Amino acid sequence: MHPVIPYVIAAVLFGIGVYGVLVRRNAVLVLMAVELMLNAVNLVLVTADVTLRQYTGQTFALFVIVLAAAEIGVGLALVLQLYRLRRSIVTDDVAVDYDVAVDNPVDNSVDNAADREAAR
Amino acid sequence: MTVTDILLLALGAVAAGSALRVVTTTHIVRAGLWLVVALGAMAACYLVLTAELVAWVQVLIYVGAVVVLLLFATMLTRAPIGPSPELDRARFPAALIGLGSGGGLAALFIFGYRWGKAELAAPGTAGVLGKEIFSGWVLPFEVLSILLLAALVGAIVVSRGERS
Repeated sequence: MHPVIPYVIAAVLFGIGVYGVLVRRNAVLVLMAVELMLNAVNLVLVTADVTLRQYTGQTFALFVIVLAAAEIGVGLALVLQLYRLRRSIVTDDVAVDYDVAVDNPVDNSVDNAADREAAR
Repeated sequence: MTVTDILLLALGAVAAGSALRVVTTTHIVRAGLWLVVALGAMAACYLVLTAELVAWVQVLIYVGAVVVLLLFATMLTRAPIGPSPELDRARFPAALIGLGSGGGLAALFIFGYRWGKAELAAPGTAGVLGKEIFSGWVLPFEVLSILLLAALVGAIVVSRGERS
């Protein structure tokens, strides 16, 4: 086999992932594009194993998959919290120095989003 | 061109095509379903490259867990069923950077490896990889388990919100 083929596939997928991260407004879609980039890196690691004839790359690919699972868990928790505060997950609307508590007070006594809507 | 090359080219075309659909489609739920196709094609690539365990872990964790989580998140954030406009920012600068990084990496790989050949190694089965992890990479493995626990606790704390 020619190792350049999977390497180029990985490069193409990484480019597509970068494009997706930059172009998408929806936070969940941004996370999907990040997954594409992580997978491209895994493909490079696995292909490197074939050319170097050892198993370190596959071990690292497993580690990266575990890291991706942890990342997606925390990332989605943050996205859902953003949705609870703003009713939207458009990343353009998130100002870094924006004080949520002042402009958009959230009633902490009712923690379920549906209950909060009913309470209004 | 061996059978391995042809299989890799075909699976790579499927993966790249569906990945393009993930980042261009206007339906949020469809992006998640195209992601399943892309990740499945990548898992098949791993199988062709004899990385057996990585391929099955990819199917179990990515397709089984990560995509399901992402679809849950699209539902919990009330994603519309139909096409949603305004999903994308200005395309040109992003396309430039994406093409630049992807093309640059591809050029680097082509320059580095040319049309060189490599023989496929013995399959990376669970036994082989287990020996590798628990002989050389025990400490990173343990650190990773602590990180996973921390991420789990962090996700719970973040999604509980503040209590007064």
